[in-house]
Amino acid sequence: MRISVDPAACDGFGYCAELVPELMALDEWGFPVVSQHEVPGELLDAARQAARACPRRALLLAGPVQEELKAR
Amino acid sequence: MPSIDLWYTTRASGLVALVLLSGTVVLGILTAGRARSALPGFARAEVHRRLSVLTVVFLAVHVLTAEIDTYVKVGWLAVVAPFTSSYHRTWLALGTIGADLLLAVAISSALRQHVPARAWRALHWLAYLSWPVAVSHALGMGTDSKLTWALGLLAVCTAGVVVAAGWRVAGAHRAKAALPRTVIRARRSIRSRAAGATPGIGGRP
Amino acid sequence: MNTALTTRRASRLIAPDALHGPPTLEAHLRRYGPLSLGGGPGAQGRDRLLAEIERSGLTGRGGAGFPTARKLASARAADRPALIVNAMEGEPASAKDRLLVGTTPHLVLDGADVVATVLGAQRTVLCVADSAPEMARSLVRAQQERTGRGRAGDAEVRTLSGRYVAGEESALASAVAGGPGVPRFRPDKSVPLSVGRHAAVVHNAETLAHVALIARYGADWFREVGAAEAPGTCLVTISGGVECPGVVEVATGAPVSEIIGLARLSSPPQAVLVGGYGGTWLAGEDLGVPFAPGELSRLGASMGAGVLVVLPGGTCGIQETALVARFMAGQSAGQCGPCLFGLPAIADDLAAIADGTAAPEVLDRLLVRCGAVAGRGACRHPDGVVRLVRSALEVFSADVASHVHGYPCRGRAAPSGLMAQSGLMGSFRDGWGR
Repeated sequence: MRISVDPAACDGFGYCAELVPELMALDEWGFPVVSQHEVPGELLDAARQAARACPRRALLLAGPVQEELKAR
Repeated sequence: MPSIDLWYTTRASGLVALVLLSGTVVLGILTAGRARSALPGFARAEVHRRLSVLTVVFLAVHVLTAEIDTYVKVGWLAVVAPFTSSYHRTWLALGTIGADLLLAVAISSALRQHVPARAWRALHWLAYLSWPVAVSHALGMGTDSKLTWALGLLAVCTAGVVVAAGWRVAGAHRAKAALPRTVIRARRSIRSRAAGATPGIGGRP
Repeated sequence: MNTALTTRRASRLIAPDALHGPPTLEAHLRRYGPLSLGGGPGAQGRDRLLAEIERSGLTGRGGAGFPTARKLASARAADRPALIVNAMEGEPASAKDRLLVGTTPHLVLDGADVVATVLGAQRTVLCVADSAPEMARSLVRAQQERTGRGRAGDAEVRTLSGRYVAGEESALASAVAGGPGVPRFRPDKSVPLSVGRHAAVVHNAETLAHVALIARYGADWFREVGAAEAPGTCLVTISGGVECPGVVEVATGAPVSEIIGLARLSSPPQAVLVGGYGGTWLAGEDLGVPFAPGELSRLGASMGAGVLVVLPGGTCGIQETALVARFMAGQSAGQCGPCLFGLPAIADDLAAIADGTAAPEVLDRLLVRCGAVAGRGACRHPDGVVRLVRSALEVFSADVASHVHGYPCRGRAAPSGLMAQSGLMGSFRDGWGR
């Protein structure tokens, strides 16, 4: 499961960095930087909660890595 | 059936709903305005949501008990249609309007995943309108607005909402002033060319 | 600069006589001959055209340099897509689209006809910027001569707001569809753009002009000149410290030093900005590099929109870059935080360095910010600015060191001289004054 941010939708609320600080940090302007794109098993629930909590639905969770590689 | 207990419940639940609504509105303003708080942002948003659910619950009790209580005939239609009750016609209508607005906000939020973002945001702005409508309804209906402690409670709620709203308006001006000049002009020129489009930041209630 | 010039102007798209007479259909057919959509209508004819474009090795001339045939092949899968012709010329330092549409609009319309045929397009939209109404007029006049002959005669000419990011593919598709005309986040580029319910594909006007010639003379003819990896000719806009700024047509692969020589240099250039405002500075000693994708990428540069801005000796490259960075910051669509806030911060840092008011920590902070902003937007706009700034810090490193330690550098800023010529001042009016 890969985590990524839709930068056009994101409005810098920062809830994602609060809920999964292991994967996301905030830059100096309050916008998310993904420090780790691959979500480890124990953080899957937290990642889903973060995606639901985003007021702009800007946090994206994508399926298996194979799909991502195909897109590239 | 006529019952003094029902009447007390109607008045009490109405007041509680109003206090809860005030708290919901204040939390909503602080959340959208990104106020700094001891509580993490996502938690404050969650408290805002749960408080709004409680508000709707007490509002439902308020409306139901008013209907069931036959001491005064309110009429089931008046629950959703304003100006259809003979009892305290105008002030009750305000209550109906307030409840309608809150219902729209509540339903659209419950179904948020399925509602387009712009529609949800527009409906959520109605929450700002529902609050003064509810306060007017409470004052106008008469019964408890003569009690000092009830008036005191209303005053505190009003102060909270007014201060939060004032903070938000001032903050919006401050944030805009902090944006780089070139960017303000750039975004203004985009907005003026695309009616109805909302560039990401700054377009929330 | 004293080697004999082997690079000469090519004359496929731009011919000396075309610059004088009015661009009538008759003159066009006299010069290029008739256009037959090879092999007649039907799937076989379309396949043959596509195969010819593929053999030619034509790459996009709008900035991305993507193989045109591959773009067409993936768009063919869509049901009756829309063809969007990008003649927006969002790059302020470029004038090639304006020249092309002004002097040989029929070539662009021919190319649109060919591509519309290959794609089975149901709709063709020619997009020009509102800052260049003469381009719209030229296209409409050319269309009027073609009514009843091919689809391009029925194409609609749309005049759109000419901001920098408006020429980006997804932004253009959005504007054509009646939307806000700002770029869309596209994590999966294989999902096609869309206008309404139909898929859409965007091609640069110059690319289509080349397609029109390939359809006439064939892939082998096209490959006769130019670099193997990106054959043919290209239009290059030369500006800055040259005596004859303007647009020249050259074969790809010609050395940059010789291309700028065509605009007559009065003195050896200090550096050249390659590609556009979101491009890369090349130092004077690197100017022998061939103007072709592979060679340029080894120096971190690309052909971009065919832009070469010459920085003469005695002009401060940091000061000029700071001006460009500020302009680019103002051109942000305002959708993405890192671009909206990061680019002005970068522009401010660079301006402080240029003014000599910056402490050494500002340079470190600038580099950190560049790293923080790149790749974090919905489009490549912030990436371009970061590339520009990083290349400036590298190429003008001696000047940077002087500025940061409080010494003046060897040059002065010439903002009204250099960037005004390349269109920056005009663009300031566009982005600020309205």
